[in-house]
Amino acid sequence: MALPVAAAPRSSVARRWLPWLLLRLGGVVFVLWAVATVTFFAIRLIPGDPAEAILGGPGSQASAAALAKARADFGLDQPLPLQYLHYLGRLAVGDLGQSYALRQPVITVIGQNLGGTLLLAAVSLVVAAAIALGLAAWSAWGGPGASAVSSVLEVVAAAVPHFWLAISLILLFSTTLDWLPPVSIPGAAGLILPVLTLAIPLAGFLGQVMRESILDAMASPFVLAARARGEGSNGVFWRHALRHAAIPAIGLAGWAFGALISGAVVVETIFARPGIGRSLLSAVQQRDVPLVVGVVIVVALGYMLVTTLTDLADRLVDPRLRAR
Amino acid sequence: MTSLVSVRNLSVTFGRAEVVAGVSFDIEAGACTAIVGESGSGKSVTARSLLGLTGGAVRAAELRFDQTDLLTASPRRLQRLRGRDIGFVSQGALVALDPLRPVGREIADSLRLHTASTAVERSKRVIELLGEAGVPQPALRASQRPGELSGGLRQRAIIASAIALRPRLLIADEPTTALDTTVQAGILELIERLRDQGTAILLISHDLAVVSRLASQVLVMKEGRVVESGSSARLIDAPQHPYTRRLLNAVPTDRPRFDRLTEAPAVPAAEVTPDVVLSASGLSRQFGDLQAVDDVSFRLRRGRTLGIVGESGSGKTTVARLTLALERPDAGSVSLLGEPWSELAETSRRPRRPRIGAIYQDALSSFDPRLTVGRILRDSLGTPRRDYLAVAELLRSVGLSPSLAARRPRLLSGGQQQRVAIARAIAPRPDVLICDEPVSSLDVSVQAQVLDLLDDLQRSLGLSYLFITHDLGVVRHMSDDLIVMRAGRVVEAGPTEDVFRNPADEYTRKLIAAAPRIEAVS
Repeated sequence: MALPVAAAPRSSVARRWLPWLLLRLGGVVFVLWAVATVTFFAIRLIPGDPAEAILGGPGSQASAAALAKARADFGLDQPLPLQYLHYLGRLAVGDLGQSYALRQPVITVIGQNLGGTLLLAAVSLVVAAAIALGLAAWSAWGGPGASAVSSVLEVVAAAVPHFWLAISLILLFSTTLDWLPPVSIPGAAGLILPVLTLAIPLAGFLGQVMRESILDAMASPFVLAARARGEGSNGVFWRHALRHAAIPAIGLAGWAFGALISGAVVVETIFARPGIGRSLLSAVQQRDVPLVVGVVIVVALGYMLVTTLTDLADRLVDPRLRAR
Repeated sequence: MTSLVSVRNLSVTFGRAEVVAGVSFDIEAGACTAIVGESGSGKSVTARSLLGLTGGAVRAAELRFDQTDLLTASPRRLQRLRGRDIGFVSQGALVALDPLRPVGREIADSLRLHTASTAVERSKRVIELLGEAGVPQPALRASQRPGELSGGLRQRAIIASAIALRPRLLIADEPTTALDTTVQAGILELIERLRDQGTAILLISHDLAVVSRLASQVLVMKEGRVVESGSSARLIDAPQHPYTRRLLNAVPTDRPRFDRLTEAPAVPAAEVTPDVVLSASGLSRQFGDLQAVDDVSFRLRRGRTLGIVGESGSGKTTVARLTLALERPDAGSVSLLGEPWSELAETSRRPRRPRIGAIYQDALSSFDPRLTVGRILRDSLGTPRRDYLAVAELLRSVGLSPSLAARRPRLLSGGQQQRVAIARAIAPRPDVLICDEPVSSLDVSVQAQVLDLLDDLQRSLGLSYLFITHDLGVVRHMSDDLIVMRAGRVVEAGPTEDVFRNPADEYTRKLIAAAPRIEAVS
């Protein structure tokens, strides 16, 4: 008789999570198809001949024979719907094609660059969360004055554009103080300025929502009840307020991922740091269609992975969501 | 013998505002001292001064718990007292538990903070405590979050957390407000048992009926000061201060229909013919597996009140929504003024909507927060934009000053908000008013004013009320006829006095017995 008792909660967990998971997977497939389709046709709208791009761009003076050969090699002589179907068929088996400019499989190019960008984004996210949490905790303990100061800091931080911040940081820490390198050399020292550039605006946004919900939670009746139970300020903060602050912060994480990737395009370019953002920028400039499409699809996939994870985290932190 | 708690000349100030002034009282072990007053009278702040959690500046000639001088005690010492020696059952059962944590964890916190115990010991003790507080299936409940528990169970969980370390003093701040009658009776019994086991109780309430059952000493507070204090028997039998008399007079329980709850005299009644204005036959409505309303029929005559009483989940609000045709019945129908109502298409119903109005428990959330009171009332009058006179007259008819027209509802008191809601409901001159728990979130004294106002409006305008409430005292005072609902069904119906004198149904008898009434502690 022990088995059915033990099996009961497991099956209810499966029943609770499985439909949600299937729905999410269906959504991922749909969004990937939509992203691939839109990118495929949008790239075709850019004036110019893709075959010229393959042979080194409009200035390459390629012969008619070379252009025809390139078209045949890359299937560009076929009707557009057929090209689209071929392209979808290759995507379905995970083949992102060859980069025109680099003459390498797209997947290899992305693989070489993805790690650097992910490291940059992850460190920036952690630093941003730490700054935001620090400001929120200071507001909770430091009273109305601290709250007003951190509010101003957050607004300023959130309003600063990446390119301006990057240049200012270089001017201050590299040119004037000469503490840190102006370009991103390998190693920790090269990471500091790019990370700060990405983390500061993000910390502004995160801090605004976290401070709000921490202050709300600290003023709520259940915190009074906890204090009346003998809980100290630390206990109230870590056990009660922080969890409530985490909910809106987690909700922002999906958006934060997008902000970090778009920020990475600017930051990697300014600091001459290899990564997916810089690859995307140069691919667009060189009309390297397969690489643009590949990067967009990988970023979309990452975006969906992050939103799925935040949904999952939301449900773990806030049990009220599980019933829905 | 010296008392457990001794407070002399306590005052609490927030900035320049003195919210508590010159309050003195004692609490003995095994006895209950109560503080009674309206919201804003300073009673909760007085109670919190014993915990060191007022958030204001506290001064007193004496503020002592047992051997500890609370005025000079270090924050650390106060923190050790809280939860261990002084338990706190806070106001608002629905918000005093962290919605993100299992309730068992909150109770375990009390044990973790004050005892050296392992997690396993604590979770065992949590289950015992929940059982002691009268929670059925305590092991299951301990793992659930507040959102999964009813109001009564949440309040019991809060009590379990407060009594976890057998505190010598239990502070209960409005422990039964917003709870159903039978649930309220259960909570009061639990507190009574703790008192009899030797716990000192400080009870805070706006309701003298609740207080009279438990307390031996009562303080009546108004605007931060004690206006009268003494034994609860003396206070109820021979109240000295006019304010105490007003509070006593405001309790509607066991007060006949048309007996005034405030000092304002009644208005003369208008002549009305008692024709049927609203009738429902065989109303049923199902939500998923839940039969919310099951074969409910009633008739309401002009100038009369039909009460519907029942506890949370009995289907009474669904009846209100069906009657207002906001919800379509699965079976049965409603007719208004002798003509079909619920079967009509909304487009043909709309011209007759002004004939039937509604007021709700939460008046504030029924207003658009951006609109002023004047704008809200002008909209419902359907008058030209600048008809200030009509608005002023409407405000006066519900006992409000016309100067309030410029304010936004959020800045009004709870009683004023409900009066504005009533003014808006009567503006289009309806025949029927659906009142869904209109006074349930109001203090007893404000409740008395609103009930008297509804009574006056009924007399002068010949209004008919469908009066929905969980409060037996209120429904008996307000209604001519009564329906008792349980689990979607009508368990008893008839003239109100007949139902109260000779309840035929077992459930009705239980409800009537559980209603709090003013009784002196001997």
